[in-house]
Amino acid sequence: MTGETNGTAIRVESVSRHYQMGSAVIPAINGVTLSILTGEFVALLGSSGSGKSTLLNLLAGLDRPTSGAIVVQNRNLAEMDTYELARYRSQIVGMVFQAFNLLPRMTLEENVELPLRLAEVDRAERSSRVREALGHVRLDKRLAHRPSELSGGEQQRAALARALVNRPSILLADEPTGNLDSATGEEIMLLLKQFNEALRMTIVMVTHERPLAERFAHRIVTLADGKLISERGANGGAKQ
Amino acid sequence: MKFGDISELAVRNLREAILRNSLTTLGVAVGVASLVAMLSLGVGLQQFASKKLSSTGLFNAVFVASRSEMGDFDRSRRNAAQNAAQPAAPLDEAARQEIARLQNVTEVYPEIRFMTEIRYANNPYPTMVAGVPESARADGAFDGMQGTFFSGPAADEAILQIEFAKELSNDPSSLIGKNLVLRYAERQALANSSARNSSSKGSASSASGGFSVVPHEQQLKIVGIVTTEPGGGFGGFGRSRVFIPLQVAQTLSATEVNDLRSVLNGSSANRDYASLTVRVKSPKQVEAVETTIKSMGFATFSLLDTTRNLRLFFTVFDLLLGIFGSLALAVATLGIVNTLVMAILERRREIGVFKALGADDRDVKQLFFAEAGVMGLIGGVFGVFLGWLIGRALTFGTNVYLARQSLPSVDISAVPVWLAFGAIAFAVIVSLIAGLYPAARAARLNPVEALRYE
Repeated sequence: MTGETNGTAIRVESVSRHYQMGSAVIPAINGVTLSILTGEFVALLGSSGSGKSTLLNLLAGLDRPTSGAIVVQNRNLAEMDTYELARYRSQIVGMVFQAFNLLPRMTLEENVELPLRLAEVDRAERSSRVREALGHVRLDKRLAHRPSELSGGEQQRAALARALVNRPSILLADEPTGNLDSATGEEIMLLLKQFNEALRMTIVMVTHERPLAERFAHRIVTLADGKLISERGANGGAKQ
Repeated sequence: MKFGDISELAVRNLREAILRNSLTTLGVAVGVASLVAMLSLGVGLQQFASKKLSSTGLFNAVFVASRSEMGDFDRSRRNAAQNAAQPAAPLDEAARQEIARLQNVTEVYPEIRFMTEIRYANNPYPTMVAGVPESARADGAFDGMQGTFFSGPAADEAILQIEFAKELSNDPSSLIGKNLVLRYAERQALANSSARNSSSKGSASSASGGFSVVPHEQQLKIVGIVTTEPGGGFGGFGRSRVFIPLQVAQTLSATEVNDLRSVLNGSSANRDYASLTVRVKSPKQVEAVETTIKSMGFATFSLLDTTRNLRLFFTVFDLLLGIFGSLALAVATLGIVNTLVMAILERRREIGVFKALGADDRDVKQLFFAEAGVMGLIGGVFGVFLGWLIGRALTFGTNVYLARQSLPSVDISAVPVWLAFGAIAFAVIVSLIAGLYPAARAARLNPVEALRYE
């Protein structure tokens, strides 16, 4: 297992992810190497098919690299079994999706409680944790509402609360503003920035909206055809 | 995930597709109902047969005789050398009381049967009279008779066998309430002196005291007419045509066939019983009681082998009914597989979200497994109730038919506790087995592909 240097939250070492499509091999990610510091806000930019979502899924432990290593907290995700990866997703990372992915038949409270159930948190503790997480996104008055009763922005805020409820150290966001208007998108970005600064949470966000990335992220990593083509500070500054 | 959370989510998921899951659960219920109805018929018929057979008094009885008089009674000892070597124990009142004290013995009564002459309407009718114990009132031996059972254990009353009643009157039922006279030979013990005086005439009687025979008459009121032969020809009051209370028969002290034998073998001083009928709590305990009585030095006879064969027959019968009943449940399990596979397709994205939020393959598997189990449990409980209802309906229909045939009603189905709980457990187990494939398939879903699914 590769060691982790001080202050590095995630280290991606020569990671490739190839898909077999019949006899053809499609390289979704090809030899990407990247280090993300603890408390850093990194935006992954790129056009459709550039491999940014694939990289995010690899960072989330939802997928395994064909080669290379992804090291988080001194452990290589590529070497973990399915149970260890599930624990990693439950305890180390939180995920936010473009489509929110709230379960429609559950109330907000139940949706946010779900990661706590999966992490086997005591029932007595859950309620306060759910309220606290929904309080962070100002939805603690909407506990009994179902996702269909909320606006898009509220749904994404609820999804953020769900991602935060297990107090992860890394937040992975896959186009969190993709389904929102610009004002609501900005609101979500402000929340992400707030978590990043207040909770010193490492955030990796996939987006195709360069202006948002430039405003909120510390660093912008650009992918094209599965390769990392640039890495720079959000305002054109030096790489952190 | 904890068991409570899995169960809660499983029930919630089932409620979401309430119609489809209800229909699947109904399928399980129908399968279980079929199984329960079949087995309830098997159990009911077994209980019915056992009740009817036990009412004959054959299967929970041990018939006991003195070994000296009834050597042939006990085949196992017939040719045994030890039989000759071991002195025969007298089958007297002391022996009766000793046997009555044995564990699991409910009643011991002597066989009292003697030849008599019945006088009715000034005509003599020679026949055999038997004493009937009071317990015959409750054990069903006289079920279906015309009239009533004896009003008391010491009532001067008689029950006639139908063929004998026909000899007395062309209209047997008209005999009920009328009186008949029983003429019998009473046995009276001789005084010791007279026995000694008569010793020159017979050594057997002189040695044992002997007895004289005095004719007597006893008036009896006819209270009932029985169409079948109670006791099926075995055990005390079988093969007789007039039945009187056993206590009355003992009071009459009529001379029996074995009294003459006692005179001949020189044992007439103490009156021995010809045989005793020992009632045991249940047929299961017959073997143990019979062994104990044999060890006391008596010859015994029971229908033990017959009860064993009967149990074997009903075990095989129940097994076959269970197999046929299970076929519907087997079909219902395919419904569970279908429902859960459909659920996987519908909840593909949800499974992806679960995995993204930290569920491992085992959590997903257990969730689908629990859903199958809950369907099995609900279907099982409902199925047991439905099966019980079907059994009741069959019993009702059978009794309507029997009533039209002027036959007594019967209970042909029974759902004992073991069947109810066994059927529910079986439904849950079969449902869990049905859930194996869908659960494994759901657990294998790739979370990235599942999250992409629209």
